[in-house]
Amino acid sequence: MARQRKTPSGPPAHFNITARILHWLMAAIILAMIFVGLGMMTSLTWRPWLLDLHIPLGIAILLLVVIRLINRLSFTVPKLPASMSGFQSKAAGTLHWLLYAMMLALPLTGWAQLSAGGFLIKLFPGINLPSILPQSPFLYALLHDAHSVMAWLLFLMVVGHLSAALLHAWAYRDGIFSSITWGRKN
Amino acid sequence: MHFGNQSYFINMKKNSLITYIRTKRLLFVKCGILLIGSTLILAFAWAAGLVGGRTTTQTFLKDTPSTFPAGYRRAHGKGICFEGNFRASGRGVPFSVARVFAQQIVPAVGRFSLGSPDPYAPDNSTRTVSMALMLTADDGEQWRMKLNNEPFFATRDAEGFLKQMEAYKPNPATGTPDLARVEAFLKEYPEAKKYVKWDATAPWTRSFAGAQYNVINSFILIDENGKKQPIRWSMRPHEPFTSWSVSQRKQASHDVLFDDLKKRLQKGPLYWDLVLTLADSVDPVNDPSQLWPASRTEIVAGTLEVSQVFDQADGGCRDVNFDPTRVPNGIILSDDPVLLARAGIYSHSHNSRVREIGYGKATDAVGKHQNDNRKNK
Repeated sequence: MARQRKTPSGPPAHFNITARILHWLMAAIILAMIFVGLGMMTSLTWRPWLLDLHIPLGIAILLLVVIRLINRLSFTVPKLPASMSGFQSKAAGTLHWLLYAMMLALPLTGWAQLSAGGFLIKLFPGINLPSILPQSPFLYALLHDAHSVMAWLLFLMVVGHLSAALLHAWAYRDGIFSSITWGRKN
Repeated sequence: MHFGNQSYFINMKKNSLITYIRTKRLLFVKCGILLIGSTLILAFAWAAGLVGGRTTTQTFLKDTPSTFPAGYRRAHGKGICFEGNFRASGRGVPFSVARVFAQQIVPAVGRFSLGSPDPYAPDNSTRTVSMALMLTADDGEQWRMKLNNEPFFATRDAEGFLKQMEAYKPNPATGTPDLARVEAFLKEYPEAKKYVKWDATAPWTRSFAGAQYNVINSFILIDENGKKQPIRWSMRPHEPFTSWSVSQRKQASHDVLFDDLKKRLQKGPLYWDLVLTLADSVDPVNDPSQLWPASRTEIVAGTLEVSQVFDQADGGCRDVNFDPTRVPNGIILSDDPVLLARAGIYSHSHNSRVREIGYGKATDAVGKHQNDNRKNK
């Protein structure tokens, strides 16, 4: 069973079950979201329904990342293997916190951008979220730029994160990848 | 043993290949990861329209000249904001749960504009005039719309619009469009002949006030039982339609239509009826180039009162994206491809001009006349 045991023998081999479920669920949503966002800005026919999908998915990410952060800060996480250099583990740590920051910042800038542009924030048909900023061309421009630059950055970070994870899974086999799955450490 | 020998060698080869792969495992793993990463990046670039050369909504704004004055709309640059209200008649209620059909008085913000992209165009330079409108009901739902005095769209889809622009581009050598290219376009989009004929023969309007504005695209009303009714609508003026002779028009002053509108509004408000046309099951809902028969049921869902106009540089309608796909609960979009394409195109136009205004690059468009830059004139 994947149940977390707190034994005096040391940190767990796996992230707790909440973290693992949230990680893979959000991975799927975020990757989908990035392509939904790109499709919205290019497609001749799909923008309206992609936009109707983008907003509820974004709010879902915002809620999930809050739960994830609380969970992350409340429980012990697996230690990185001793084989990793100090630089590597620092870089990995920084990337992870940056990823969390992006997951928070993207939905918030999206919501704020729609507010500053005077648009309705359509969560579901007939259910709109409140505006969180007054209408302002400056804020709209700033938030729109921030939202798209961060989306591109997040995509690059996701590709980097995935590549590093696969390297650990297939090449180093040091238990980093299995700590976020249900598998045993190889 | 000839055969045995051969299979022995095959086995040898197979084994050595496996051994080889095993020794180079790391290399293969790294190549595999590189492949996965680059596939993702390529998919991203394609989705963003950076590779593959597909037509995206960005393609429609490619022709915006680099000298285009900052802060103006990319299409229909010359316009004037208006304020007023919409009074529902209640006759739309059986067809749609949208609050605007039931509410007594709905505040309205809108814009009258000329069809030319040039914000300094003389009013007699185009036959196209438009009304953009946003109604905000008391449940918070917004109904944004964009209406033209043209009764239908030239082509059945949005790509046709690009091809039409391309075909009618004047040849730099002769100053007129290339006949062969125009013919090729009309062969691919035969429905556009109807538009060309209309454009050549229909009278030009002499006033914003007497023009009928048509939504052109199709939408679907949803009633309280979820029943769907495809519709189009028009803003039918209370003022009579007036036109003029070609010579009168040619002699008209630079801002004749806008001056006329201001003068009329000094005397009192102007009115348009919101006329819903209900489609029959045989009517082409997904083709804005085809008119529905005139015999279709029409419903006057209410009346728009335009009470005052003000300069678009002062704000109001200036920063509003009149994206017609932003409809209230109770109205949904049809599969009309021209309607769906508008969403992205309007968004790019809105983003780029609000960016210019927000970052302080706009001059004339926001009324900063001291740095007046009329490069496009």
